[in-house]
Amino acid sequence: MSYEAKLRVWRGDADGGDLQDYTVTVNEGEVVLDVIHRLQATQAGDLAVRWNCKAGKCGSCSAEINGRPRLMCLTRMGDFQEDQVVTITPMRTFPVIRDLVTDVSFNYEKAAAIPPFTPKPREKDGTYRMQQIDVERSQEFRKCIECFLCQDTCHVIRDHEDNMPAFSGPRFLMRIAELDMHPLDTVDRKEFAQEQAGLGMCNITKCCTEVCPEGIHITDNALIPLKERVVDKKYDPLTWLGNTIRRRTP
Amino acid sequence: MTQTSSTGSTGQSLASPTGTSAVPALSGAPRRAKINAKTLRTDRWWLQPLLTVVVLVSFIIYSTIRAFQNTHYFLDPYISPFYSPCLSSSCAPAPHISLFPSNAFFTPAIFILVFPLGFRLTCYYYRKAYYRSFWLSPPACAVAEPHKSYSGETKFPLIGNNLHRYFFYAGMVFNVILTYDALLAFRFEKDGGHHFGIGLGTAVLVLNATLLWLYTLSCHSCRHIVGGRLTHFSKHPVRYKFWGFVSTLNHKHMQLAWVSLFGVALTDLYVLLVSSGALSDPRWVA
Ligand code: SF4
Ligand code: SF4
Ligand code: FES
Ligand code: FES
Repeated sequence: MSYEAKLRVWRGDADGGDLQDYTVTVNEGEVVLDVIHRLQATQAGDLAVRWNCKAGKCGSCSAEINGRPRLMCLTRMGDFQEDQVVTITPMRTFPVIRDLVTDVSFNYEKAAAIPPFTPKPREKDGTYRMQQIDVERSQEFRKCIECFLCQDTCHVIRDHEDNMPAFSGPRFLMRIAELDMHPLDTVDRKEFAQEQAGLGMCNITKCCTEVCPEGIHITDNALIPLKERVVDKKYDPLTWLGNTIRRRTP
Repeated sequence: MTQTSSTGSTGQSLASPTGTSAVPALSGAPRRAKINAKTLRTDRWWLQPLLTVVVLVSFIIYSTIRAFQNTHYFLDPYISPFYSPCLSSSCAPAPHISLFPSNAFFTPAIFILVFPLGFRLTCYYYRKAYYRSFWLSPPACAVAEPHKSYSGETKFPLIGNNLHRYFFYAGMVFNVILTYDALLAFRFEKDGGHHFGIGLGTAVLVLNATLLWLYTLSCHSCRHIVGGRLTHFSKHPVRYKFWGFVSTLNHKHMQLAWVSLFGVALTDLYVLLVSSGALSDPRWVA
């Protein structure tokens, strides 16, 4: 069964733009990205939209649908009433290039700033060995498809653009946590997390977790554990004392 | 691939890996998509923060009244969790330890409520709850917050939330005391001696202590302390087991935070009702 859906799509570029109304045919089982493609094919040939896999795996089609940051290819039209207007806007936090396409290079800059993985020397036989239970925890974080929906949603930068230089965002704080938990890595990134990546600005309100299409428990499994590790190092007088004494005893 | 993107197939320019942020948003020009609405969400996103405010404010009002009331917190062998441990010399039963005299302001409850209060105020879950619902920072995901500037937990007083683990330790001490109270609730006075017995109040106190243990053990700081801070679980098999157990509880931390809060209030209410004579405690004594 197909029906005519009412869409409102943001059209414009960095100089301005607005929401424009369209009526587009929707077939059973379709997702928002299908409908955007039909709109592009039949009425708005110049509509800019970024996509690649149509399977929720490349992280390209991030946008905001009825105000909620989501992947267009994983949002079913069936989730909405047939007479409901579906509003599609580009990610708010990043500079817009055109229509639904934003410039996400902020994220690549934040990624590049993290001290890279620095493994300990290889074993005598030239290999690295790790126990599964030691890497398990950070494997969850490797499910990330870099859609940057969490970065888009995080109020620290979404509502306060001026925080962008000082805050790396949930995706990259999670990357720091991943490296900090890694059994082979030798670099301590706790100071970096707090002072350069802005971990203290996260108020653990969990919006990153709420929007992650991979269902990664970003706040509970990466951000809070990282905060606790920073407390060990910077705010807990007893742990600090313990570490200082241990360092001094030969 | 003709439809892929009007800006090239990926369109994502790789920045130079210098690490210094040439953050595009700071170049001055308005670069974000111009959308005036504070949010385009159409669901009832305000419901959850509203419910949180209503429930937490009711709890605060109830516990404040009870803390200053200074009566009806004991009916042998039950004591209200608000007044335990009873450290004041004027405690209705014999005090646990007599440390302070009490007066109208410093009731026995005031001395102790500060610890559970501190524990919950610095709890990662309650932080989320009050940042969202009381401070609207943010009220809901992708709903703009009303504040002009934001520094999160980097400055006084919020930086103090990093001391949560100390309140966690205090919380453990309280759990031991409330467990002791729950055990005493099996000990009834009859014919001038002490006898084993079970009353509805016994069940209430035991349930309350259990919920508090579950809430405390599911704490994020607890999870970190038992094993989360390790890098090599394989070298610490016992701590790894504990960590797994605490992680399972930790998934339910939010639910346990609420249920245990209701537990404390309802336990106090029960003691209030039976000790004031409004309700009689059904009990069986050997
Ligand atoms: S939990 Fe922290 S990082 Fe995640 S959205 Fe909230 S403030 Fe941002
Ligand atoms: S953590 Fe989740 S929301 Fe964030 S970029 Fe990765 S997949 Fe997307
Ligand atoms: S198109 Fe690849 S995630 Fe949507
Ligand atoms: S995180 Fe909630 S009690 Fe510690």
